[in-house]
Amino acid sequence: MTERKIRVLVAKPGLDGHDRGAKVVARALRDAGMEVIYTGLRQTPEMIAEAALQEDVDVVGLSILSGAHMALVPRVIELLKANGMEHVKVFVGGIIPDEDVPRLKELGVAGIYGPGTSTEDIVRDVRAAVQGVASS
Amino acid sequence: MNLVENVLEGDRLALARLLSQVENDTEEGRAALEALFPYTGNAHLIGVTGAPGTGKSSLVNQLARHFRKEKGCRVAVVAVDPSSPFTGGAILGDRVRMRDLAGDPGVFIRSMASRGSLGGLATATAAVTQVFDAAGYEMIFIETVGAGQAEVDVARLAHTTLVVDAPGLGDDIQAIKAGILEIADILVVNKADRPGAEYTERALKGMLELAHPTRRAFLHHGRPMGTSGQEEEPRDAPLWVPPVLRTIATQGEGITELAEAILHHAEHLRASGDWATRERARLQSELDALLQEMLIARFREDVPQARYEEVLSRVFQRALSPWEAVRLLLDGRAS
Ligand SMILES: Nc1nc2c(ncn2[C@@H]2O[C@H](COP(=O)(O)OP(=O)(O)O)[C@@H](O)[C@H]2O)c(=O)[nH]1
Ligand SMILES: [Mg+2]
Repeated sequence: MTERKIRVLVAKPGLDGHDRGAKVVARALRDAGMEVIYTGLRQTPEMIAEAALQEDVDVVGLSILSGAHMALVPRVIELLKANGMEHVKVFVGGIIPDEDVPRLKELGVAGIYGPGTSTEDIVRDVRAAVQGVASS
Repeated sequence: MNLVENVLEGDRLALARLLSQVENDTEEGRAALEALFPYTGNAHLIGVTGAPGTGKSSLVNQLARHFRKEKGCRVAVVAVDPSSPFTGGAILGDRVRMRDLAGDPGVFIRSMASRGSLGGLATATAAVTQVFDAAGYEMIFIETVGAGQAEVDVARLAHTTLVVDAPGLGDDIQAIKAGILEIADILVVNKADRPGAEYTERALKGMLELAHPTRRAFLHHGRPMGTSGQEEEPRDAPLWVPPVLRTIATQGEGITELAEAILHHAEHLRASGDWATRERARLQSELDALLQEMLIARFREDVPQARYEEVLSRVFQRALSPWEAVRLLLDGRAS
């Protein structure tokens, strides 16, 4: 039996066209031994949930710089649930004002990262979140 | 209800889960493959290979869309990208070019990391296509890593192999080596909107004449595969000459012609008896691989590890040759 790989979907919902941050995170996760499915720019929540299902990922990482996170994140989480993927851990990176953080956490977001977060922290949190699921 | 039943009933979540089990080669995955085997053998497997950046994913996107629209058949895509040999991680980016397929419940895309396997596919790619086949996907596209060497694995797995080239990749003769030409059933010059497409096409046609198509028979253990059986090869079966087709994947140009060539090739395989020959060859190598694995497992059960180690150290001391060691382990005598 092969060692189980952590699979992560890195997606960029919304209309802003900057995916540099998403790519940096994708590479860091790859360098930590994970399999990262990269879907590119301008993904709708529907596309993200569908890809998460088809790829049977453990983690969805959303990069949102447009300020639309309070619309996009709940929608993605809702669609994941509708697909039977409620076990998937959702992480959000981007420019998220402090006052939005509690609401996102309440929705079940496992981690929120602003600009300048070290990729090491993200890698560690992702791994911990997935291993937490595996052992429960 | 178990995963297998759910997969057969069209449950996509169950399918996704089962694909992971199969990819990870778990007990459950193996048992499921066994249960699903009677439902396989219906899909047309189409391999897509060629150097990175030639437009394989973009072509698969267009072809899948075309077949969904024109034939309404269910389409699966298995896209393989390389794993890093250092970390074991991978970035699987083929979906970026397949966004037109989103939202269509008749399409299922699965990305796979090569996980250390060479030859352009992952070890579990064949098993993954079997699951799709059993789940009722009638056309299955397999996009390879496209590392540029002869990617023979995909030709062995697929019924129809597309080799994709594009102008502007540097030296065209280098971009496509003779070895990869031999596995092509259809040659595609993509990015025909780019300067140099004509030259690429001419170069390919020239090389094709050299690598003139003969009946494709894979060597297996040094002898041709699939020729050991009872079935007669139809005598006057026409030879398939790989067509060279131009496409612009980003604009959907040339896709209808390419799709027709794919269907035409499937007809040719059926009419010539090559479809059955290939199936047989594929199943034979699968059977052989399983036999090997099981025989070794049984041997390990019968022979204590200490005994094995003892013989190994005698080989190491040059007191026994490897051949003597095998005889000793299997028959109890070295001679
Ligand atoms: N100009 C042009 N670009 C194309 C064409 N097909 C694909 N591309 C572009 O070539 C790049 C690589 O395409 P991709 O499908 O990812 O290639 P792959 O690595 O072989 O899967 C992308 O930027 C595509 O948009 C084409 O027909 N013409
Ligand atoms: Mg690709």
